[in-house]
Amino acid sequence: MRLLSCVGLSLLLVACDRNDSGPLPPEAESRVVVYTSRQSHLIEPLFERFTESTGIQVDYITDSEAPLIERLAAEGDRTQADVFMTVDAGNLWFATQREVLQPLDSSALAEAVPENLRDPDGHWFGLSIRARAIVYHPDRVDPEELSTYQALADEKWDDRLCLRTSRKVYNQSLVAMLIEHLGTEEAEQVVSGWVDNLAVPPFSSDTQMIQAVGAGRCDVGIANSYYLGRLQRDDEDYPVAIYWPNQETSGVHVNISGAGMTRHAPRPGNARKLIEWLASEAAQEEFASLNMEYPVLDGVELDPVVAAWGEFRHDPTNLAVAGERQSEAVRLMDRVGYR
Amino acid sequence: MSAIADPWTRKAPVVTRSTKDGRRWLALPLLVLVLIPLGVLVASWLDGQPDTWQHLSEHVMPRLVTNTLLMTVVVGVGVGVIGVGLGWLTAVCEFPGRRLMEPLLVLPLAFPTYVLAFAYLGLLDYGGPVQEFWRATFNQTPGWLVALRQPAGVLWILILAFYPYVYLLSRASFMSGGLATFEAGRSLGASSARVFFRVSLPAARPAVVAGLALALMETLADFGAVAIFGFDTFTTAIYRTWYGLFNLAAAAQLASLLMLFMLLLLLAERFSRGRFRPRQDKRYKPHRIHLTGYRGWLATGFQGLIVMLGVVIPLIQLGIWAWPQLGEAIGGRHNSLVVNTMLLSLMGAGLALSAGLLLAFSVSRLRQQGHWITDLAGLGYAIPGAVLAVAIMLAFTGMDRLAGTALAGGLVALLLAYSIRFLRVAYGPLEAGMSRLRPEYQEVARSLGVSGWQRWVRINLPLLRPGIVTAFMLVLVEIAKEMPATLMMRPFGWETLAVRIFEFTTEGEWERAAVPALILVILGAIPVIFLIRRSAGLMGR
Repeated sequence: MRLLSCVGLSLLLVACDRNDSGPLPPEAESRVVVYTSRQSHLIEPLFERFTESTGIQVDYITDSEAPLIERLAAEGDRTQADVFMTVDAGNLWFATQREVLQPLDSSALAEAVPENLRDPDGHWFGLSIRARAIVYHPDRVDPEELSTYQALADEKWDDRLCLRTSRKVYNQSLVAMLIEHLGTEEAEQVVSGWVDNLAVPPFSSDTQMIQAVGAGRCDVGIANSYYLGRLQRDDEDYPVAIYWPNQETSGVHVNISGAGMTRHAPRPGNARKLIEWLASEAAQEEFASLNMEYPVLDGVELDPVVAAWGEFRHDPTNLAVAGERQSEAVRLMDRVGYR
Repeated sequence: MSAIADPWTRKAPVVTRSTKDGRRWLALPLLVLVLIPLGVLVASWLDGQPDTWQHLSEHVMPRLVTNTLLMTVVVGVGVGVIGVGLGWLTAVCEFPGRRLMEPLLVLPLAFPTYVLAFAYLGLLDYGGPVQEFWRATFNQTPGWLVALRQPAGVLWILILAFYPYVYLLSRASFMSGGLATFEAGRSLGASSARVFFRVSLPAARPAVVAGLALALMETLADFGAVAIFGFDTFTTAIYRTWYGLFNLAAAAQLASLLMLFMLLLLLAERFSRGRFRPRQDKRYKPHRIHLTGYRGWLATGFQGLIVMLGVVIPLIQLGIWAWPQLGEAIGGRHNSLVVNTMLLSLMGAGLALSAGLLLAFSVSRLRQQGHWITDLAGLGYAIPGAVLAVAIMLAFTGMDRLAGTALAGGLVALLLAYSIRFLRVAYGPLEAGMSRLRPEYQEVARSLGVSGWQRWVRINLPLLRPGIVTAFMLVLVEIAKEMPATLMMRPFGWETLAVRIFEFTTEGEWERAAVPALILVILGAIPVIFLIRRSAGLMGR
């Protein structure tokens, strides 16, 4: 017991020691705090370069989006966070609804980020584009057969389609946009058709789903392009190809990773600097290429694997719609039994 | 109310001074701390969500309730059969390979379910080595393998992950007197099976139930494995309601239903157990039943199979993934994560253990109410981690506002959250040990003029030591594996192995998650092996 308490005491001492470096006084302006759902290896290199060029230290915490939003809401004006950074417009939209973000009036951001990829009031800004495309096995599918997301509900794809679980926000946003373009009724028919065409129950990740296509278990699927990019980077001859759907109609469904300034940011100046820098030419190329995504800023060079997929027209609808219609989409997917 | 006045106790009456004993109030602050977050969840009902509920009950609940019940029954039976079976075999029998494999049987405890799940899915899925080999050899996709990745395959993962609780606790119980009663029964002419089911198993029932309760609570609260396999349960519905429908209130309502379900399970068990509590003989007989011939090899095979499935196969898969990155790992890239994980686990386990002791001391005089209190206090274990984390966060930020404390966002808040979550794990082993504190000892000590605190320090704590060590080690491993509360409440700079694993697995990058996962498993294995060695050593083998 004595040993135990000794160990405990010394641990506490160590802990207190470490804690001293934690909360800095607010006047220490050379710091900015980010709550993010992005993986550290995708953002840390950027943050390091930001610190190099501005001298502002970036501290960040990673977690899933929803808990981070609740954390911000619970902390209220006591929060340490200046910037909320996440993927998917639905999450950013919800953060705005939850009143944890504040509008940022920035001409630099308005110029860099296309209008449909940012909140009309400036609560959040897209920083990279993630395209949700159709993937197919080139030996088993002639790209001539493919056209739109909707067309995957056609009977000819019976037992040939693979999808990721409807739990993933990417699919929720996709269906939300379908509802926007087609109306609830038609969207429900489409999604129900997908479910009927499934070759196997939905997968828990895009990568697994693409691997099932590669293994010939199914012929087509819907995936974010960068997941295929990772597989193609490791194996040039990976037997899955990409198709850009809806070119004649609404355009490819895209989503974003993005950021906004928190409502009670203790260091708003630094928050603005960081978000503006992330949308600048200095950061955009690396920002997108770290995860093989597309930059929001025009004229930035693409990763060679990504460039090989060719150009496409993307859906110009404002992404806030994906958030507004997300819960509608989830209910629709529940109704038709898309799990 | 003292134990003497309690008409329900058939046990030898515990002699106490019933008046002016304030000890039972000691746990009050603790209870308040634990019950506030649970209250936050229950309070979510004030904010009715008729719309969402109509949708849920129409399209979601039917499948979810079926799946959850199926999971409870299958996992319950599975962990029960494997846990008790292995516990009995290793406690009272001798067969080839027992000593070698015995410690390995607890090792699945070191695997977080999400790691076990992604290791298995990676092994068996379309892009995995087994299927690739099969396709290369037979040029077709194997049907039997496809069946394994079906949603219900997750039940197998959960059984593998949680049987060690039943195994550990029932084994300890069988060791303390299982063989003596068994032989007594046999000498009266009953068959082995009859004696086992009529005498040995009922005697071990409290231990088995304690293990089952832990296993089932964790099963019900599990999100990692069920999400990876796409098996819809209460937990997945809770997250879907929160993340997808953006409705935290309805999610909290679902969580409180889950809590109620668990409470009912626990109560049902208490009632069916009745009031009779067999007293166990602590003397150990240093000989075992020798299983010879095919029986011996059957036992060896059973044990070997479980070790193979629960430990060896997932370790090999993790190893294969981790191999190309091993250089980095050895180069110390994960050092700070390891240190943080260890510090948090040690501090958290210390605090949770203290809370468990406090609870044990203060309810030791209460009989019936005591169970109510401990069952309630331990409920944090049955709530999906992220939901509990939000509730705790809300409770702490509320407290900060009202009382001007600075809990939220600090290290203390995280450690308290661990205590709230793992109180049941800390209390379980202590509860078993409390029965060793015979009232006679107290009386003798008191008659010798030993004061209250002195009695605790010099008599009771040493008597409780086995329970204390077990509780400490179990919570240690639990905290190392814990993900949602750590994610949500950790102060800056406290990245842990689980946090890193989370970052990789959310994007399905299992290969990259393999290195921190492997380190976490090895780290978790240390207290686990210590546990089993200690319990073996204590019993003199």
